[in-house]
Amino acid sequence: MEITFHLNGEEVTLSGVSPTTTLLDWLREDRYLTGTKEGCNEGDCGACSVMVTDDRGAKALNACLLFLPQLNGKAIRTVEGVSGPDGELHPVQQAMITHHGSQCGFCTPGFVMSMVTAHNNGAKDHDVQLAGNLCRCTGYAPIIRAAEAVEDMPVPAWVAKDAAVREPAPAAQNHTPYAPRSSDELAAAYVQNPQAVLIAGATDVALWVTKGLRDLEDVIFLEGCTDLKQIEISDDQVRLGAMVDMNAMRAAIAPLHPSYGEMIRRYASQQVRGAATLGGNIANGSPIGDNPPALIALGATLHLRQGDTRRSLPLEDFFVAYGKQDRLPGEFVEAVSFARQPDSLRCYKLSKRFDQDISAVLGAFNVTIVNGTVTGARIAFGGMAATPKRASHVEAALLGQPWTPATVRAAQAEFDKDFTPMSDMRASARYRLETARNLLARYYAELNGDTVSVLEVVL
Amino acid sequence: MSILSKTGPVAKPLPHDAAKLHVTGAARYVDDIPMPAGCLHLAFGISTIAKGRITAMDLDAVRASDGVVLVLVAQDLPFSNDVSPAAHDEPLLSDGRVHYVGQPLFLVVASSHRAARVAARKGQIEYAQETPILTVDQALAADSRFEDGPRIYNKGDAAAAIAAAPHLVEGVMELGGQEHFYLEGQAALALPQEGGDMLVTSSTQHPTEIQHKVAEAIGLPMHAVRVEIRRMGGGFGGKESQGNALAVSCAIAARATGKPCKMRYDRDDDMVITGKRHDFRISYRAGFGDDGALSGVEFTHLVRCGWAQDLSLPVADRAMLHADNAYAIPAIRIESHRLKTNTQSATAYRGFGGPQGMVGIERVMDHIAHDLGLDPVSVRQVNYYDAPETAKLAADQGGAAPRPAASPRSSSGKKKDNTTPYGMEVSDFELHGMTARLLETSDYQARRAEITAWNKTQDQLKRGIGFSPVKFGISFTLTHLNQAGALVHVYQDGSIHLNHGGTEMGQGLFQKVAQVAASRFGVGMELVKITATDTAKVPNTSATAASSGTDLNGMAVKAACDTIRDRMATFLAQHHQCSVASVRFEDGRVIAGADEMTFEQAAMLCYQGRISLSATGFYKTPKVEWDRIKGQGRPFFYFAYGASVTEVVVDRLSGENRILRSDILHDAGVSLNPHLDIGQVEGGYVQGVGWLTTEELVWDGNGRLSTHAPSTYKIPACSDRPDVFNVALWDGQNREDSIYRSKAVGEPPFMLGISAYLALSHAVSAYGEAYPALDAPATAEQLWSAIRRVRDGV
Repeated sequence: MEITFHLNGEEVTLSGVSPTTTLLDWLREDRYLTGTKEGCNEGDCGACSVMVTDDRGAKALNACLLFLPQLNGKAIRTVEGVSGPDGELHPVQQAMITHHGSQCGFCTPGFVMSMVTAHNNGAKDHDVQLAGNLCRCTGYAPIIRAAEAVEDMPVPAWVAKDAAVREPAPAAQNHTPYAPRSSDELAAAYVQNPQAVLIAGATDVALWVTKGLRDLEDVIFLEGCTDLKQIEISDDQVRLGAMVDMNAMRAAIAPLHPSYGEMIRRYASQQVRGAATLGGNIANGSPIGDNPPALIALGATLHLRQGDTRRSLPLEDFFVAYGKQDRLPGEFVEAVSFARQPDSLRCYKLSKRFDQDISAVLGAFNVTIVNGTVTGARIAFGGMAATPKRASHVEAALLGQPWTPATVRAAQAEFDKDFTPMSDMRASARYRLETARNLLARYYAELNGDTVSVLEVVL
Repeated sequence: MSILSKTGPVAKPLPHDAAKLHVTGAARYVDDIPMPAGCLHLAFGISTIAKGRITAMDLDAVRASDGVVLVLVAQDLPFSNDVSPAAHDEPLLSDGRVHYVGQPLFLVVASSHRAARVAARKGQIEYAQETPILTVDQALAADSRFEDGPRIYNKGDAAAAIAAAPHLVEGVMELGGQEHFYLEGQAALALPQEGGDMLVTSSTQHPTEIQHKVAEAIGLPMHAVRVEIRRMGGGFGGKESQGNALAVSCAIAARATGKPCKMRYDRDDDMVITGKRHDFRISYRAGFGDDGALSGVEFTHLVRCGWAQDLSLPVADRAMLHADNAYAIPAIRIESHRLKTNTQSATAYRGFGGPQGMVGIERVMDHIAHDLGLDPVSVRQVNYYDAPETAKLAADQGGAAPRPAASPRSSSGKKKDNTTPYGMEVSDFELHGMTARLLETSDYQARRAEITAWNKTQDQLKRGIGFSPVKFGISFTLTHLNQAGALVHVYQDGSIHLNHGGTEMGQGLFQKVAQVAASRFGVGMELVKITATDTAKVPNTSATAASSGTDLNGMAVKAACDTIRDRMATFLAQHHQCSVASVRFEDGRVIAGADEMTFEQAAMLCYQGRISLSATGFYKTPKVEWDRIKGQGRPFFYFAYGASVTEVVVDRLSGENRILRSDILHDAGVSLNPHLDIGQVEGGYVQGVGWLTTEELVWDGNGRLSTHAPSTYKIPACSDRPDVFNVALWDGQNREDSIYRSKAVGEPPFMLGISAYLALSHAVSAYGEAYPALDAPATAEQLWSAIRRVRDGV
């Protein structure tokens, strides 16, 4: 297949490249653009961050988790392309020098690209923008000083110009079974090639290549299926397409369910959220995906499509067993929907580190209380079983009961019946089970108006 | 700034010399260097068991894999099969024995990095497995150790002192290791030269050791091997010895193929293969009086060293040497067991054992303060070493009068025995004044009271505040390493070429030393060219380690510059008919009698006058003398000091916690570059906090490291830094004659992070009566567990 994109303002057309070549390897090994660094090759350190612009705007992404076909029709800017045409430094670059934001310098190009992108987008929530860039030398303080120093400086003309470039739509001849342009084309292609690996944001599949060293024979890139990127919010329903990325999802969800929005903030870094899709997070069936528990607690419905056949099922029913989902050959996740509802959802993510960490426990609580009595309870957990799973016994112990500490205590005792978690490097089984219990107490306290999170304490 | 007013760029807060290269992506690291065509790439096939013997190794599939050029096993190596720094106990490739999961067994040479990695996984290895020794308990039971028995340092009769004391605390603490997580993984490349010579570029803190090990491996003298390194993407001790295997592999492969060879570890390989900070179990007993003044302390260190000795002995020694931290302890016994286990060979890591030793005594102080119900700061102050009675300072080499010590006299009444457990007089103690200043600027007392009041209103969340001081010994404890060389050229156009044996890993060494050079010639920084560390320019260098880089190399460069400057002055004095002493180098100009010229003109004049404008410089640290077996002497030239106050908040239900505010006052002497030094303090603190909080290394029951990537091993991220982060440098100066009276600043700030551990302990103690007895790292789970113990007794 032929791939066309802009690299630092110049058009590049590639043909004959392996579709699972990562942008990072291509930049470093084929273009000798070695400013973009490999720190971990799994999207956790941000040293390979680049700015990718399309008609939806500019975002920072990890080059190690991007396959070249995902970039078709986009504009890429690397650290080598951030300075002006006459070599004048971007304000971010100058501020990083002035404020001593680099020591060993290895993470610096990634930081610069995240900061340039944030600056371009007017984002000032620096801790959020930089959560996916690890620095081992500076302790981050001088980097934040640099980011703050440029907040109100204008975007340099050369970057603004780049951001305004309207990339030509992928030419028709690029249209192959491997890069469908709509969900209809995807449905047809996937039925014909049910063995193919679907690649949406590649934040997981790329690891099969970079860490698993697998050669993927048949791949279908979903990036062109723009109709799967739609978010529809009506008076009674929310419907999210499978290709909605987690930054878009966060923006849509936060006003409706702020706790879910905050969980998505912590779900992963800016770069990973910018690539990761809702459909991918569900379809890979991981027991530690963060969206499924929250969506199950919201009573979400999963919409699947195989060829021209569509079906829907409660999301929790999709997860059959570890590594096994209710998905037929050639069938793909099309969307998720849930009813508009008063917000009583709270999502609690326990992990070793607040940002950019996989959950040890993810608890999602959605309890409806009418006149002091529990009339509805949907509670779901990740990290507690082989699949995302509802706490059915806990829910049953709450239903119909007065919403009181005694009821909460009684329900806490039921967790043993719902979960037998395991111990691993993230947490012990005991911690998982006991904190799951505790999170119900936290939920009670939070609905009671108490301060329950250390993140809320500010001096 | 009297002593600095005529010294040019020294003490100026200039940016890192490579800052512009960093931010534009132009700074080159080993993997960024353009390679000649035909470059080959290497990867190791590694063991999957922790202990045993290889019974069969079928590498046919490896050899048949795409792009593979050569596969080597131990028997194929032409000369030495050893990459250990000293003990000759680390085969590059397994000699048939397997000692840990991740040990290199065979070496793949292939056409690409990926091809080598793919092939390396195709080895079919059969093992006769043995039961591995993974824990310190297993190692003790099996008497699996380095050295014959424990090292023991004694001062007085600790047991008797403890027995006679009114109060006693005792406890055991588990203290985890730490992955370096330098952002640039290990990397090396080798370019074969004529006659079998080898040019090696290695991401190493220790070029001379790379040169030595490569020479051994290719059977040539050291003169046949040249090692070069411009910069590393972080080191932190992890590139002191751990780069040997890659550089040696590249050289052997380059020798075998005649092609340039490059090797870099994938991050997971890096974490699985290389050593980390030593984890410790520290047991303590301490006897003390009503005010918390110590009578005697006993420590036992169980040090998990991994499979090879590497640097474990000096690391464990340094832990013992910091078991006193800032406290004059009348009687102390420190017993240190260096245990050999079937895990990665633990290695150098910022602080080099000092942090572990220091955590031990800070834990004791915390425990005492808790049991006595005293402010932990007062317990520390009562135990502090005495401040020097007077500051008798030798005249600075610049001739100006030194500043008076800013530290007031200790408030404690009687004079203490101010010697360390190893018999060194503490004659430069700064912490009385520093502590008073920090308590004031951080508003410690008022905040502690406010926290106590706040905690009473909270059930789930509690805040805590912790204070910790640092006294860190500066010098290599292996005395002969305290030497350095430099090579300086002044060209006829006045530009200066600077080279020394130190390596740049981000700490700003090159800039600080260049500031010294510019100052000696009285010129601007633009005249000084900083060049890559190169064993062909400066030989027999020590590792850039032990925080000594600037102290040693700055002095060596100063000596070289002064040699050239003196030659120039002598010539110019003769030429201009004035006294040598009257020739001055300042502000880019040279003044000789009535004449004045630019430095460039002076250089040209000297060249035309046939004056040698190139010189080497050499420095060896004075006064140090140390007997590690007896545990007596003066291992350190001086001490660097620091103090920190950290405030945290903890959640009872989950153990989640975060830092709210940190205040630090650090002693860099007369800082050569205050901004670079503050950068070391900020970064060191956050790295130290990471060690004691989120950075947890987990091995499974088979000795396999479960946390081998940043997805599972969590170093601090951006939002983990303190919300409020106040860092200041102490306005003091080195009482010893160091380079411009500055102090080393690489390692000491790391230990300021201990205050976060203490703050967490304080917060947990608010949930109940019992002492929290936190292990480290104090992860959320560890805190949750401690809160249950304290609050619920479970």
